Amino acid sequence: MNYEMLDRSKLDELDAYINSFEDKPSHLIMILHRAQGLFGYLPKEVQMYVAEKTGVSSAKVYGVVTFYSFFTMKPRGRHTISVCMGTACFVKGGERILDVVKEELGVEVGQMTDDGMFTLEHVHCLGACSLAPVISIDGQIYGHMTRDKVKEVIRSYYVEEEEA
Amino acid sequence: MSTKEPVQQLRIALRNCGIVNPRDIDDCIAHDAYLALGKCLTEMTPQEVVQEVLDSGLRGRGGAGFPTGKKWQIAATYDADVKYVVCNADEGDPGAFMDRSILEGDPHSVLEAMAICGYAIGAHEGRIYIRAEYPLAVNRLENAIAQATEYGLLGKDIMGTGFDFNIEITLGAGAFVCGEETALLHSMEGKRGEPSTKPPYPAESGFMGKPSNVNNVETFANIPTIINRGAAWFSSIGTEKSKGTKVFALAGKINNVGLVEVPMGTTLREIIYGIGGGIKGGKKFKAVQTGGPSGGCISEKHLDLPIDYDNLVSIGSMMGSGGMIIMDEDDCMVSIAKYYLKFSEGESCGRCTPCRIGTRRISELLNIITDGRGKMEHIDELKRISRTMQDTALCALGQSAPNPVLSTIDTFWDEYVAHVVDKRCPTGTCRKMTRYQIDPARCTGCSLCSRNCPADAISGVLRSPFSIDQSKCIKCGTCIEKCNFGAISIG
Repeated sequence: MNYEMLDRSKLDELDAYINSFEDKPSHLIMILHRAQGLFGYLPKEVQMYVAEKTGVSSAKVYGVVTFYSFFTMKPRGRHTISVCMGTACFVKGGERILDVVKEELGVEVGQMTDDGMFTLEHVHCLGACSLAPVISIDGQIYGHMTRDKVKEVIRSYYVEEEEA
Repeated sequence: MSTKEPVQQLRIALRNCGIVNPRDIDDCIAHDAYLALGKCLTEMTPQEVVQEVLDSGLRGRGGAGFPTGKKWQIAATYDADVKYVVCNADEGDPGAFMDRSILEGDPHSVLEAMAICGYAIGAHEGRIYIRAEYPLAVNRLENAIAQATEYGLLGKDIMGTGFDFNIEITLGAGAFVCGEETALLHSMEGKRGEPSTKPPYPAESGFMGKPSNVNNVETFANIPTIINRGAAWFSSIGTEKSKGTKVFALAGKINNVGLVEVPMGTTLREIIYGIGGGIKGGKKFKAVQTGGPSGGCISEKHLDLPIDYDNLVSIGSMMGSGGMIIMDEDDCMVSIAKYYLKFSEGESCGRCTPCRIGTRRISELLNIITDGRGKMEHIDELKRISRTMQDTALCALGQSAPNPVLSTIDTFWDEYVAHVVDKRCPTGTCRKMTRYQIDPARCTGCSLCSRNCPADAISGVLRSPFSIDQSKCIKCGTCIEKCNFGAISIG
């Protein structure tokens, strides 16, 4: 397998992490977390690389990557918006907030905006039920969302990027 | 409400949360951290520790309520070169966040309890399986493990007694089913988190095929207090079969949201109207959902039932991890059932057929009903599939997934009938069945709704009543939010 398209310095960092474990296969999920942290997502090449280095078959690596919702095989936007669909958010109108975000960004859940700015996701619970309905952008929680507030938050990221 | 003394919170599992500085082990030690571990290692035999936990009557706080002492006793009987103590911190129930609060606010209580468990069952290795969605908790745990190891409270030769105990953290990757213990163990081994049949139980063959004892975060957090204050004290709190306290996460349509810890046997009414401060906006209480996607909806008639494991099961719900979502008159119970089934459908691991296909079929049927295409036969079919799943699914996720459906059919039958027979959603939640309309007598013709309508569905002439074009209306509810005169209603 040819890994030329992958950044060598990132691969070196991943190697060091993989080699820090005596029993590599049982740490596969931790290794994939690190790999996704480095590359942003887990394309086929990264999965093949991890398979080769851990001695786990590539079919099994693929099986694990597709099982867990945290892992993604598609590139991600510069920011990730997670709209909470937990029960508390649901009864307080989380679904409508999701509709507004979809409309504002023009994408469906799991997709990235054309400009590469945002990836839209929904999560089951952010554990911030007292602020329901909530969204999180790159882990930052925004609570008590309304139609207008959520648009404002999204636009503030565009303004910030323009200024930077 | 009543003339009775208002119910008081009693904090055992949350005793130090918000009181100690979780980043500073000295502060935690000043609040008795590792005191119980010291007592176990120097004054008690492992059998005595197991007996103390057995006598306390503590039951697993993660959901099913299996007696913790019993679990430890069984794990202690197996002989092996390596045994594991596993902490289940994969808090996946939407609406429950007590484990996160304990791990963030008092991580040492969990580490201490795991070491106590290790001593009791003869294990020297501990693993914490925690959701990747909780980065702060992971950070606090890593910090706490490093500090405790430096102080000789974890690692080799703890407190000079010759007892060794190490703890490692394993991250989850977002799969609800991993809260089930066999699935959790497979996930810890780096595999797909699919459950397997029991027996063998983890106590016999768990992590890496070795005897393992799995307990939940809140369960562990109770242990140091039980050792320090004694089983007799702990078992004096609560009901006959459920001892101690339980942490609940109050959320939804209630004035005071957040965590509460009350003695077992407290009634729902005391929690909701006492500590919770009643329903938001003075609306009418409709239901409280406990147990997350595995639980059920409880109506007004059971508000005075003392809450414990067995009483909740007897009314078609369960304790679960302690999420408590309050719903008011505006919430549609068919939609709530649909919401939970959609969740379970997405989280079903696909390994066994009853769960994989059952959750899908139930979701489809509920969609048909909320779309206004339902027939009474559909409700019968819902019940039939639900029963089959309860009897035949492989793990607790599939067996309990139909609970939200069965409990809402049972308790809110009228609402199902309204959807199916009258093709009407009484709360106006199910969009396909609702029509937004403007009351001409109240409309002042200010045009505020029309200017804010994202679908351009509202039109009219200024200062005379406006109207909504039903073919364009997307039923988003913006007009109701904007109208200052209460002129728009859902019919």
